[in-house]
Amino acid sequence: MNAIEFILSGMLAAATPFLLAALGELVVERAGVLNLGVEGLMAFGAVLAFIIVYHGGGHLLGFLVAGLGGAVLSLIFAFVALGFRANQVATGLAIGILGQGLSALFGKSYESLTVKGVPKFAFPWLSEIPVVGGLFIQDVVAWLSLAVTLAIWATFAYTKVGLVVRAVGENPKAAHAIGYSVILVRILAIAFGGAMAGFAGAYASVIYTPLWADGMIAGRGWIAIALVVFGTWLTGRIFLGACLFGAVSLTGLAAQATGLDVPSPLLSSLPYLVTIIVLGIISADRRLLKLNGVASLGEPFER
Amino acid sequence: MSVLPTALLPTLIRRERASLAATLLAPPVALAVATILNLGLYILMGRDPVAVVHAMLLEPFLSWASFSEVLLKTGPLLLIAQGLAIGFRAKVFNIGAEGQFILGAIFASAIPVWFPQATGQWIWPVMLLLGAIGGALWASITAFWRVRLNANEILVSLMLSLVAAQLLNYLLLGPWKDPNGFNFPQSVMFQYDAMVPMLISGTRVNVSLLLTLALSMAAWVFMQKSFIGYKLQVGGLAPRAAGYAGFNEGWAIWLSLLIGGFAAGLAGAAEVAGPLGQLQRSISTGYGYAAIIVAYLGGLHPIGIVFSALFMSVIYIGGDNAMVSANLPIAAVRVFQGSLLLAYLIAATFVRYRLEWRRTAYGSRP
Repeated sequence: MNAIEFILSGMLAAATPFLLAALGELVVERAGVLNLGVEGLMAFGAVLAFIIVYHGGGHLLGFLVAGLGGAVLSLIFAFVALGFRANQVATGLAIGILGQGLSALFGKSYESLTVKGVPKFAFPWLSEIPVVGGLFIQDVVAWLSLAVTLAIWATFAYTKVGLVVRAVGENPKAAHAIGYSVILVRILAIAFGGAMAGFAGAYASVIYTPLWADGMIAGRGWIAIALVVFGTWLTGRIFLGACLFGAVSLTGLAAQATGLDVPSPLLSSLPYLVTIIVLGIISADRRLLKLNGVASLGEPFER
Repeated sequence: MSVLPTALLPTLIRRERASLAATLLAPPVALAVATILNLGLYILMGRDPVAVVHAMLLEPFLSWASFSEVLLKTGPLLLIAQGLAIGFRAKVFNIGAEGQFILGAIFASAIPVWFPQATGQWIWPVMLLLGAIGGALWASITAFWRVRLNANEILVSLMLSLVAAQLLNYLLLGPWKDPNGFNFPQSVMFQYDAMVPMLISGTRVNVSLLLTLALSMAAWVFMQKSFIGYKLQVGGLAPRAAGYAGFNEGWAIWLSLLIGGFAAGLAGAAEVAGPLGQLQRSISTGYGYAAIIVAYLGGLHPIGIVFSALFMSVIYIGGDNAMVSANLPIAAVRVFQGSLLLAYLIAATFVRYRLEWRRTAYGSRP
């Protein structure tokens, strides 16, 4: 297997934690709320799923509990940031620190333990194509997250629910005036984002690298937030961005496998460096950000 | 959709002017609430709450030896938080102090690592200066990205912290590894002249604490008395008004980030040239992130921050104590920090708002 085949076959799985968390954050930001606690929400989901799976509860239950845990923790964010109109940046950071602390606390006696991953499903025919075939051999959650991507895209493009969420984010006063509860829509969006971050963490800890280590999320929650900017708040571009980061995080492994002598800290920092560079390139186009950005992002709603 | 049980909840009504009482009460109330909540968690974990409180909140004050450790840890937290608070008041969210701290430590270590034989009283002051410059340089990347490329400073500064941690790893695993260090990821031990002189004999408290207090004074003068500080605050509170008054936003961002980076870098330098005496992987136990909490808990005010830094340091030392005596995992400190900030943010709401029940609120919903 050469490097390209390696990256193509692993890209989607590596992208899935980014993708799930970023799609969740997309919905939150579309509703006008900036939740910077994704890293902590992912860590919390990751440890919950790991504990369930480790004790034989199975992957399905693990994911459900992780999603629930992420949603509950993000509701604390909603309580403080919406209920008390606190600064969303500070509240998000606090939730992030809390989530990471809780994950370290719960995970203490599971450090370095491993669980079994899940089997992969191959598309017949397609998976036998040379070079790109690996792309069509994925686990069930990776396939499902593709479906979720489509669903979120369709929700924003075609449904009333999507329109209401966007209205609340673009012009909360107007949305309120025509009878929608801005706060309720935002609470639901935050809970959805929390659940998605929980799933993303679960994928990281029980499927992608089925082992527990404190700090294993390693900045992926932050990259997910950056991905929403990269994708200029558009579902399709966020998906492409997640794939790019999936590929980038595999490039290090591929480079080492080919015997390239690059220091491993440099390879580890590759995703962060790429984030910084891409963030600079995308943000420099102010018109693009203005065009697709969310008008009321981060501002508390006051009637 | 508007017919919700929220009708039973009180509403927040904006105050005519900020409440001084609420400003002063917010930190102690938040402290009390966070302590009670966390004690509940410890009881759930099957720990003895009395033992934990004793170890965490009392023991740090019970002996000079442990209180001097509190003072020692106050230094970096205070220094970083003073720098960050200036930025936060200008609404520049530099959350990458961790990385600026690491760069400060690296820059300062360059002298003893490259010139281990050098002697002279000039070494440690130059190291501190280099560290501060290193931190400011690292922060200037974020400033450039924000001002010239319009990139979000929160994400860029955070990413740079993760890169800084890897840079430290690279140096300690490779070029700066102590050749006689049994392959541990750490540099050589620094020579005597590369260490900040002691302040209180018999403890590890050094002169950098005085420097930190002096800089806190300077931060107070800068923010409360100087025109530049005033311009920064106006920029944060009313960006449009600042714009009309001709205060340059880009300039405010550069200044905020450079001050934050300078302070964090200095703290990093003081840490390696102080209690550690070498560059190690664990030079920072999350100071850069904890300082964000310190800054907020101190109400972003230079004097408030002195108290919140001292308190946060107590929690660090107390957490270490509780790990030994009450078998409490060290992660409990992070949980405490997170919940403390949340409790504070709720309490601080009452500085600008008061609660009113719907019946008496004007402009109630139809």
